[in-house]
Amino acid sequence: MKVGIPAEIFPEELRVAATPKTVKRLQKQGFEVYIQRNAGVKAKYSDKEFEEAGAKIVGTAAEIYGQSDIVLKVKEPAANEIEMMREGLVLLSYLWPAQNQALLQKLADKKVNAVAMDAIPRISRAQKMDVLSSMANIAGYRSVIEGSFHFGRFLNGQITAAGKVEPAKVLVIGAGVAGLAAIGAANSLGAVVRAFDTRKEVAEQIESMGAQFLTVELEEDGATSSGYSKEMSKEFIAAEMALFKAQAEEVDIIITTAQIPGKPAPKLILDYHVAAMKPGSVIVDLAASSGGNCVLTKPGEVYTTDNGVTIIGKLSQLPTQASQLYGNNLCHLLDDMGKADKFKIDMEDAVVSRAMVTYNGKINWPPQPLPVSSAPKTAAQVKAEAPKPTEEELGKKQSRSMVIRLAVIGLFLWMLGQFAPGEFMQHFTVFVLAVFIGWQLIWNVSHSLHTPLMAVTNAISGIIIVGGLLQTNSDFSSPMTILAFIAILVASINIVGGFVVTHRMLKMFKK
Amino acid sequence: MIAQQIQTAAYLFASILFILSLGSLSSQESAKRGVFYGIVGMIIAIIATVLGDGVQGHTYIITAIAIASVIGVLLARRVEMTSMPQLVAILHSFVGLAAVLVGFGSYLDPKTHSLAPTEHSIHLVEVFIGVFIGALTFTGSIIAWGKLEGKVRSKPLLYPGRHLVNISLVLISIVLGVMFSMAEGTDGLIYLYIMTAISCFIGVMLVMAIGGADMPVVVSMLNSYSGWAASAAGFMLGNDLLIVTGALVGSSGAILSIIMCEAMNRSFFSVIFGGFGNAPAASGDVKAMEGEVTSITHEETATLLKEAKSLVIVPGYGMAVAKAQYPIHEMVQVLRKAGKKVRFAIHPVAGRLPGHMNVLLAEANVPYDIVLEMDEINEDLPDTDVVMVIGANDVVNPGAQDDPSSPIYGMPVIEAWKAEKVIVMKRSMSVGYAGVENPLFYKPNTDMLYGDAKESVEKILGFLRPKV
Repeated sequence: MKVGIPAEIFPEELRVAATPKTVKRLQKQGFEVYIQRNAGVKAKYSDKEFEEAGAKIVGTAAEIYGQSDIVLKVKEPAANEIEMMREGLVLLSYLWPAQNQALLQKLADKKVNAVAMDAIPRISRAQKMDVLSSMANIAGYRSVIEGSFHFGRFLNGQITAAGKVEPAKVLVIGAGVAGLAAIGAANSLGAVVRAFDTRKEVAEQIESMGAQFLTVELEEDGATSSGYSKEMSKEFIAAEMALFKAQAEEVDIIITTAQIPGKPAPKLILDYHVAAMKPGSVIVDLAASSGGNCVLTKPGEVYTTDNGVTIIGKLSQLPTQASQLYGNNLCHLLDDMGKADKFKIDMEDAVVSRAMVTYNGKINWPPQPLPVSSAPKTAAQVKAEAPKPTEEELGKKQSRSMVIRLAVIGLFLWMLGQFAPGEFMQHFTVFVLAVFIGWQLIWNVSHSLHTPLMAVTNAISGIIIVGGLLQTNSDFSSPMTILAFIAILVASINIVGGFVVTHRMLKMFKK
Repeated sequence: MIAQQIQTAAYLFASILFILSLGSLSSQESAKRGVFYGIVGMIIAIIATVLGDGVQGHTYIITAIAIASVIGVLLARRVEMTSMPQLVAILHSFVGLAAVLVGFGSYLDPKTHSLAPTEHSIHLVEVFIGVFIGALTFTGSIIAWGKLEGKVRSKPLLYPGRHLVNISLVLISIVLGVMFSMAEGTDGLIYLYIMTAISCFIGVMLVMAIGGADMPVVVSMLNSYSGWAASAAGFMLGNDLLIVTGALVGSSGAILSIIMCEAMNRSFFSVIFGGFGNAPAASGDVKAMEGEVTSITHEETATLLKEAKSLVIVPGYGMAVAKAQYPIHEMVQVLRKAGKKVRFAIHPVAGRLPGHMNVLLAEANVPYDIVLEMDEINEDLPDTDVVMVIGANDVVNPGAQDDPSSPIYGMPVIEAWKAEKVIVMKRSMSVGYAGVENPLFYKPNTDMLYGDAKESVEKILGFLRPKV
């Protein structure tokens, strides 16, 4: 199978969907790799490196789109790129399906099977293909580096011969992957870090990264079953704004990362917040591409306001690093889809079926919801997963199967009663009741005592000695007595050995 | 001589004591009483039987019990706690053997031939079933013992069509059973012999087909069988005590098997009928591992431990092999004295026997309230500074959660990788019993400490002792 990588045509897009390393991985998976000339230049990968890794260099994008089975891309394709695509092509790229209905339609019309890398569901199994996480990680790191670059002081506190330096205070808003990465980076540079998030469940994660968790005194949790946060109530927002105001007066760098999937970014830093900040402070707005968390953000620009606050609306993508991680994510997905020889679009698969936004000429969006958040406890999840049979129906179903089961047991016992003699029935009664007692009893046994349990039951099963005892008689030459003698012998070894070893074990258990 | 009623009463008393004995195992405090109940119950049962009607040859009985007691005590005293699984397995085989012998004895017993026709054929069926289960338990346990002891290859022995062979063998046994129950007098003996041989063979093949990692299930399953064998003997002799006790043991073993299977996320039947343990190693579809394996020295480990506030130790079969439980306990004592929070995390299938690790740690006097189960500890792991994995592999494999191609995918595991730092003590980079690569070793927060677990822990102790 042929995998093609075109050069990105959007001028601001510096990344490329493959690096020499991932090209090697793709070949290991059995793919032939074709890459457009100069595709990696902006990400600092030369054609020579790609060639050395085993990729074939192709002159034009048309060849890539026209001849590959699978195309790997970063930025969603432009109209003229879609024109070049052949029918049945599998496209792996960012697509932002929620915002780009028209694009999906075009892809569907072209019968392109498109996977939106940004729509990979956030479940543990798919983490290795989650490009949003891997890119957010980079953005978080970079936000601190660039924020610090525009900030005129050290981030860490120092006491030097030339005087004392206060540590910088950094506020991170939104503790998703980007936020947490920013916290980590700022913390390791020595800043005092605080972080805010509407989801209470992330408090622990924030603290683990070394920041102080800020919260508003209101009982509302912003967590949703999708793992992202939702929009909050008016009261909550008012309290939040007050908190930000107080923080804005104090902190030196604000990094905002709040985004709501498929919607413009929430406005969290308003003009009066910016006005309250000290001159020289910095705001890094990671949500700039979806409108910005700060009202004054100019997407794609870095500028300083009248009161001396620098607002960063654009970040370098660290294209070399980003391409590598993005390329790995793509490799993982292809790996999951069966590599080259078993490549298959499995619409039953939880990951593929949700990220495959156009398939066989049809739009497959929005996908089935897939709850993943660990915080809203199980009750809600169970309901979401199996909403169809109502409790009443379920009860009926259960009682029906119970009646059937009882009828079968009854029938069996009746048949048995027909044929078996009375004595057998008596023994059978005892047997069944004993099984029930055993069943109830053993479930209570503590896990750590399973080995002693086994040794004790072992000793007790030596009760078979009784069988031997009943069969001995004084004539040692009769085969029956010999058999019984051996039976008694081995059963006794069992009894004595079992009890002694159990005792030995239990003696060791102490508090 | 005691009257029939008194004997029945004594049997009832013995049954109650056995039930109490198992019931006492619900907690460590009452467990010791459990053994006492069991012993008293057994003594009452034996005495009541011996004094009962029709038992002769007391000298033989006493001789046999005396010889056996000596052997039993020696066996039980000598056995190392680490080879507990082997002892349990071999003891199961004794019960199986006894059941077979009792079955044959009962068939040869002239008394049973004077029974009414219906009762007689029911008796014959009971004998047949009893001998079948007994023989299966006997050979199965011996093979299990061999596998645990390393005398038999632990790799599952699988051949095509084995299910077919097994099923046809069972069918042949049923046919033999019909012929046996039709035979006059003791003419059916030949059928009984053939069936015993077949059953022995099934027992061997059944356990041969099961991989080493599934041994805990096999041992508990054989435990269950030995119970059912005793129960069957009870039916053929018309003895309620045997029936009750056998049923207790049988259901106990069955529950243990189910618990083990749940802990490994396998269906009970797939374990029993074999087939696991071969697929993963052979498939070659194993995920390529990412990242690098980094190693750490003993001194660095000691430093890490000194700096850590909370530590969780995950022991596995490797600890049992190296007999490292003593130095580990000493290390734990040193660390706890220094005010650190040290706990053990035990996976339900760690080791080769249910509860194996608990017994080893208890042997080394580790207080059991710091020994926790997987479910109890998993929540705390993200807040733990250091996790030490000592000789465990599959039970800490993250692949079970995030790699659907992994043969152990879906098995609950101890989430060691969530801790700040993971130190894995291991002899080498070889795979675990399930034959699966472990991505944990490649994680950036994991360091490997190679070498024998016991020596390693002792070296670490050396660095810890003077300063802490």
